[in-house]
Amino acid sequence: MEITLRVNGSRRTVEVDPRVSLLDLLRERLGLTGSKKGCDHGQCGACTVLIDGRRANACLALAVAQDGSDITTVEGLADGDRPHPLQAAFIEHDAFQCGYCTPGQLCSAAGMLAEGGPSAVTEDMAADPALTAEEIRERMSGNLCRCGAYPNIVTAIAEVAR
Amino acid sequence: MTRIEGHDKVTGRATYSAEYPIEGVTYAYPVQAGIVRGRITSIDAAGALAMPGALAVLSSEDPPELAPDADPELALFQRREVAYRGQFVAVVVADTYENARAAAREVRVTYEEDPHDVRLRGDHPGLYRPEKVNPFYPADTEKGDLAAGLAAAAVTVDVTYTTPAVHNNPMEPHATLAVWSGDGDLTVYDSTQGVSAARAMIAKTLGLPAERVRVVCRHVGGGFGSKGTIRPGTMLAVLAARAVGRPVKVALTRQQLFDVTGYRTPTIQRVRLGADADGRLTAVEHEVAEQSSTLVEFAEQTATPARTMYETPALRTAHRLVRLDVATPSWMRAPGECPGMYALESAMDELAIAAGLDPVELRVLNDPETEPESGRPFSSRNLVACLLEGARRFGWEGRDPTPGVRRQGRWLIGTGVASSTYPAYRRPSQATATVENGGYVVRVAAVDLGTGARTALTKIAATALGVPPDQVRIELGDSDLPPAPLAGGSMGTASWGSAVVAACEEALRDGKHGAADTTDAIKAQQDLARHAFGAQFARVRVDMDTGEIRVSHLLGIFAAGRIIDEQLAMSQFVGGMTMGVGMALMEESVIDDEFGGFSNHDFAQYHVPVCADIERIDAAWIEEDDRHLNPMGAKGIGEIGIVGTAAAIGNAVYHATGIRVRDLPITPARLLT
Repeated sequence: MEITLRVNGSRRTVEVDPRVSLLDLLRERLGLTGSKKGCDHGQCGACTVLIDGRRANACLALAVAQDGSDITTVEGLADGDRPHPLQAAFIEHDAFQCGYCTPGQLCSAAGMLAEGGPSAVTEDMAADPALTAEEIRERMSGNLCRCGAYPNIVTAIAEVAR
Repeated sequence: MTRIEGHDKVTGRATYSAEYPIEGVTYAYPVQAGIVRGRITSIDAAGALAMPGALAVLSSEDPPELAPDADPELALFQRREVAYRGQFVAVVVADTYENARAAAREVRVTYEEDPHDVRLRGDHPGLYRPEKVNPFYPADTEKGDLAAGLAAAAVTVDVTYTTPAVHNNPMEPHATLAVWSGDGDLTVYDSTQGVSAARAMIAKTLGLPAERVRVVCRHVGGGFGSKGTIRPGTMLAVLAARAVGRPVKVALTRQQLFDVTGYRTPTIQRVRLGADADGRLTAVEHEVAEQSSTLVEFAEQTATPARTMYETPALRTAHRLVRLDVATPSWMRAPGECPGMYALESAMDELAIAAGLDPVELRVLNDPETEPESGRPFSSRNLVACLLEGARRFGWEGRDPTPGVRRQGRWLIGTGVASSTYPAYRRPSQATATVENGGYVVRVAAVDLGTGARTALTKIAATALGVPPDQVRIELGDSDLPPAPLAGGSMGTASWGSAVVAACEEALRDGKHGAADTTDAIKAQQDLARHAFGAQFARVRVDMDTGEIRVSHLLGIFAAGRIIDEQLAMSQFVGGMTMGVGMALMEESVIDDEFGGFSNHDFAQYHVPVCADIERIDAAWIEEDDRHLNPMGAKGIGEIGIVGTAAAIGNAVYHATGIRVRDLPITPARLLT
């Protein structure tokens, strides 16, 4: 099937097998290997991308269902040569070790910062909560990091959230 | 200085093994054994080969040619016997991943099934004493009179602790891209912790000279031991590529990782301790039962830390192994020390309570002058300093040992402590340093699996050369570089760094180029007990109604030689401690008695710590510079962070609740029943 989507600002028209996930389309067909495959079941978050500005697991999205979508991957986060503030903060605070979960953490954080609204740890459901460390930890818990860089991830995101 | 590859990793430009753009690549997908034990009677590939895009099916119907002495786990499709559920019995190659996966479902395998046994028991009749335990230690040791030591004791503890099978679960599933050239040379892009070791193992399995094989691994998404040896998936790609005459990619699924990439063996550990009225140990015994597969003997060195930790006139350690119809266990972060210290340090807590002593004081009191088992002097040992500094920072002084009496609302609060230790290994390595374009290029076949090896080695080389780090470029991750040991056993930096320093010193003398091989230097080194030490402190809160356990604070103080890079070291220590939280509270691979294999095999059911689980972890270190070890004065730091964490948390849970759970993980169910 032929689909057209916008990936990191570029229009791409591709012929895809209907079984292909958005993640495999990016990695195996479009040469965008920044998005990682950690579990292929939406359980680890390594494949997190932004679909029309919202964070989503690319492994759970079928490519054919993304016709007309606007996709941002880690390769598209920077503004040209200028890194996204989250990218700079992750480097500065050593918010990764092996780096495999990092693209997903970054896309997830970028999506999360745009979300607002209460989370499971918000006490006042009516108010717009401040992004405390506890709120960041809760909202970033869909992105696993086996190297255990969580404290630095929270520090890096908190710096950008300020 | 931030990580050299930091920019590549945050922009998605760091290339992992499955990601090299290779023209004409094809995809292989394995077929796994659907029984636990028995024999394959037939494999019908006709249906699979008729599927769209299918190129080939490999199986024991037509065994691929391999060296006769290949490792049984890597000797794919040579035998008809099935040793465990999930073992690879065939592989399908196709033009796309989707086609390979669909075709693999059409391979028809029939079996003759035998009864199986997958359950480790302390009284299993098949338990035996292995010749040695990983990597080269005697299985048993005995010093002094244990019975007399126990009889003379004023207080004794006799407890059995168990740990479950657990899986490394690096974020990057094991992946391999295999490319054969027209003249029979092989290039393998493999997610591995050691390119030199991987090359040797692949060549041995194929019966090829090592120089015909090249292994490349520039970035690897964690391993924690599971990528320290090549696993069957690597050979799957290599053999499939040879069969179809095209490059082949194998990217294992998360589920397949549970079956074929190793795991930490479950353990049953009996610890007997005796102490006199003052709290001085009179006897220490640590006996362990653990498992391996019927294919390969892997005997974890679980009781070895007792040989190093505490002064005692009577000391016995013993390992027993049973070969079951299970997947082959392997290395997982601090094999031996991690589960062994969980039991020993939990038992020490029980002894402190029985003796009415503070658990920090008990450990300080029993700190030895020389290594208890061997009598060798320590190259350096600063466990006591770690305990005391940790106690000071944590606010340990004045702690009321009474369990179950501190409440904050629904929560019961408790604190615990445990020691940690890990050997300071070093293995022979080569390296070169060459003047190029006004700077230096340092070459060593090391691998950076997230430890920061590139950055640490650059700093080590810059220091040796007396130049700023930006004048040094490090090349690693390729077996064409000077051979080097793997990134494992917390020995990477010590091993590679020693060779890098020697190569840099020679380059300075020569003015152009230096090459080093540390084989002779390591053979000639003094016979000392070489270990890093640490102390872990935990504060937990336990929900009185639900049994939910939260780790409010972890503090680790380490004595690990000279710290080469503070930021990298902090990340390593905190990362190890984080994995220790998983071990203590959630990680368990459940072995399925009836159907074999592991019944949980994804992140939905095998839980690792998430961001919300980690509230506060602090790590720090005391000044130590151990020149007996290597020119950097450094000890490895990749593993010691996980050692002791689970015991500290378990001891804190006891302090909070008065309930001693002796079987990991400490789940709400175990706490409430």
